[in-house]
This record gives sequence, structure tokens and C-alpha cells, in this order.
Amino acid sequence: MELVCIVCPNGCRLDVEQRDGRVFVVGNKCKRGADFATAELTNPMRSVTSLVKTTVRGYPVISVKTDGEIPKSKIFQLMKLCDEITVSQPLPIGSVVASGVLGTDVNLVTTTNMEIANE
Amino acid sequence: MKYDVAVIGGGPAGLAAAIKASEGGASVLLIEREARLGGILKQCIHDGFGVVRFGEKLSGPEYAYRFIERLKAANVQVSLFSFVTSAVKLSDTYKITYVCKDGVKYAECSKIILATGCRERTRNGISIHGDRCAGVYTAGAAQNLVNILGVMPGKRIVILGSGDIGLIMARRLTLEGAKVVGVYEAKSTPSGLTRNIHQCLHDFDIPLYLSKTVTRVFGQSRLEKVEISDVDERMRSIAGTEQLVDCDCLVLAVGLIPENELARTLNVPLNKATKGATVDQNCQTLVDGIYACGNALHVNDLVDYVSESGEIAGAHVTLQKTERNLLPITTEGKLLYVVPQMLDTNSDFGNVVMYFRASEELTNQRLTVTACGETIFSKTYAKLLPPEMERITVDFGKARALGELTVRLEDK
Repeated sequence: MELVCIVCPNGCRLDVEQRDGRVFVVGNKCKRGADFATAELTNPMRSVTSLVKTTVRGYPVISVKTDGEIPKSKIFQLMKLCDEITVSQPLPIGSVVASGVLGTDVNLVTTTNMEIANE
Repeated sequence: MKYDVAVIGGGPAGLAAAIKASEGGASVLLIEREARLGGILKQCIHDGFGVVRFGEKLSGPEYAYRFIERLKAANVQVSLFSFVTSAVKLSDTYKITYVCKDGVKYAECSKIILATGCRERTRNGISIHGDRCAGVYTAGAAQNLVNILGVMPGKRIVILGSGDIGLIMARRLTLEGAKVVGVYEAKSTPSGLTRNIHQCLHDFDIPLYLSKTVTRVFGQSRLEKVEISDVDERMRSIAGTEQLVDCDCLVLAVGLIPENELARTLNVPLNKATKGATVDQNCQTLVDGIYACGNALHVNDLVDYVSESGEIAGAHVTLQKTERNLLPITTEGKLLYVVPQMLDTNSDFGNVVMYFRASEELTNQRLTVTACGETIFSKTYAKLLPPEMERITVDFGKARALGELTVRLEDK
């Protein structure tokens, strides 16, 4: 089958074949492409970026990301978790707002620097 | 105040240009319209930025942060909430007028770097008829509402345009709980990066409809439905194919146009293909002392190259002004454009960074750069797509003679 690698903007077109329980990949420019194809056929994983709300002046919401990948099937559960979080003070970029989300070892960290007044 | 360089725009191009110019010893004024530096990156919360430059996937605000931190260390005067209203040439300097919280201010500088980014094409730009109801947004406006202000633009959303911004907004709005009815594209092929079709649409079962466009909008005060029509290969709508789709929000991701209002007032010649300034290999426009970089120069798809062009401009402004000898670089074959369009043979032409786009989807192509008929660069491509910009570096020093310069794309 054909897959498009989403690891980086190169977007390598991968030819993937599953034989004897092993995954064979052609078309990847780097090793990450092979890993991606293998995961995609067995347990697809995604990094997720979203928002959490804040009560800090000038920042109704701030951007967050998972600092690793979570199972694709849990994305909407993660969105629900994001909904429940409120940041109440200015946080430096990279602050953990939820650790070990959804039973994984992945944290939700901020990706916006709130140091600067935003009004 | 007097500065060596004024950089207009504090997005990725302007940040990179200001840092580079300052590191080269120039006194720099950076003028930014908004409250914070970072430009459009502030609202691009998805990841995938910086893979070329940093070898990691950063979100837009994280990518911007890396440059903002470097800018803090550099000796750059930053003026936020500031809007340039005019720039005029004096005898050998430029006088910039800008409006800021303190009122109207003036600055004099010997060189200007235009890093003003681009604008979105609007509903009027693509002539969608119908009611003048609320609920029609450009993708960037919708992105700002969701990602900066935390407000949803609608519940049932139609997206027109399958460029990266349209695809990323389809995912973002879906994640935030809206129903994206479909992404419609007038062309017969998707416009965005293939990886975005997969991770933004396929992952969320959002349908993509090709060769279809929105031809009319309906709604009393709020958008109620849109009319979708099939289009032919020349993108004209076909009568009799109209269908109505219920929605309360139409997001238009129908193209970006380099912002060059200021360039025009400075009589900077623009290029028809890029809609940005015509520049030499140092990002200097045909007007001495005025530079253009980033999306103001040509619309990029990777921010890494936006920063790169800012750095090219920022590095060159610190050099002594010299008389230029400009040779045009002509294009042949199915090329949408090549940047730069000129080569200054009186400055360094050893490793010239060139960007190009194919004008259509092509396979097995050879790109050659020739000087007076002599090939000085050649590269083959298995596949070329107009949405995916290519970058090459060409050593014009290899040429025995620098005369007629041509970039040619042909079948291998």
C-alpha cells in the first residue's frame, strides 16, 4: 500500500508492504519514514497541538503540544482534557500543564511565551 | 532617530533580517504592527516548523521564540504597535513615518528591509456572489479567532481552498468541535503538501472535493448555505451543476499575495509571477538600498526559507554600498518562477540560493542553469509539484563568462 510520511515537510511517498508479520518500506529518505510506516500499520501515533484557556490578561488561550506522540485513537480524549485545563498565571514557554496524559508518559506543554504583555 | 537599517515587519523574515544586520554591526530599527513579535507564526500553533533549520518539528510560536530570544541579545531597537504610513527617499537616506502609541514618529535610515509578509485573497478577490452576511472568513482570520482569541467562527463549516492553510484549519476546527462539511478545491489537484492531506483530512475523515468551488453565499444576517458548482479545467463554473450545502461559516483559503503597498510607494519594480519585488541574489530590489525578503518577496511554504531570505538581506545590508551590475536571470520551460530574478556580478555570486516552483505537476525533470550557453548547474527531479517550492544553491563563479543567464526546466 501507499502511505505519505507525515514526520517532516518532505512528505516522502512510501511504498509499504506487510509480509510475514514484518513491514517493508521503500521511498523513505530517512529512518523516521520506516518507523512511521511500521507504526501506521500497527499502532498509529500522532503529536497533537491545541490550546488551553487562561485567565491571564491578553491571553484568552495559549498554545500547547504533546511532548511526544499519543495513539491517534486518543486525540479527542486529549481535546477533552485540554478543555478542562485553565492556566491562571503567566508561564514560561515549555511549562508542563498536564503530565502523563491519558495513561501515556507524554506531557502537555505550553508553546507560547507569556512573558510579554499582549495588549 | 538615525539608523543604518529599518526592518519593516517583525515576523520570521524581519526577525532573521534584524538579527543578522545587527550581528553584522548595523544599528537596526525593527517596526512591528502588533503587540508581540512573531508575525503569523503566533497563530500557527500546529507543528512542522523548523525541520530544515533546527532538525526538529516546532510549533509556530516556538519557532518564533527562538528568534525572539536571539533578537533580545542583539542590539535592535524594536518598536511594537507601530505602523509605517510612508517611506520617502531623501538625498541618500530614507525617511520613515510611523504611527505608534506615542503618536507619529520619524526615523531616518540608509537602508530598508521590507519584511511585510503577505495578505490573504478575500471573497471579493474571487468574486463570490450573494448576500453580505456574517460568517465568511479568510482562513487566517478564522485561525486568529480560534488560536489567539479562543473564539469559534462557526459550527458547521465549509472550507474553500486546499492549500496548507485550508487543510490545517480543517483539522483545527474539527479538533475544537466544529463539523467541517468538506474542503472544496477549484483545481483538479490538491494545493497543499501531501502530508497535510493525510494528517489533516484523512485522519479526521474530512472529505476533499476537487474541481468544485463556491459560487454564491446565502444568509439573512448569518451565513445559512453556500452554492457549490463544478468547474472546468479553466476554473470556470459549469451552469447546471449547482448544489446547496448548509453551513454557518465559510472559510476562504484561496491564496496569499505578497504585501507590497510600501514597496509600490517607493517605486520598487514588482515581478508578475511572484507578485513580490524583483531582486538580486542579496534580496536587494532594483531600487538601491531597498531589500525584500520572506513572504513579501514570494509566498513560501516553509518558514525555514523565509528566515533564510531574511538572513540573506540582513547580511548584505551591513556591506558597503557598491555600484551594482545586474544581469537578468531568464526562465525557460514549465517554471512558475525563479527567485532571484537578477544576478549582481559586482557582489559575491559563489553560492547563490535560488528558489523555484514548477508551473504544473511534472515527473522526470531536469533543471539546468546556464551562463552564455554553458551549463553551471544541473539537477534532476523525479517529481515536481507547484505547491512544493524547491531550493538550490548555484555557484555562478564556475561560469567562464557571465552573460546570458538562464534557468531551464525540461523533460529528462
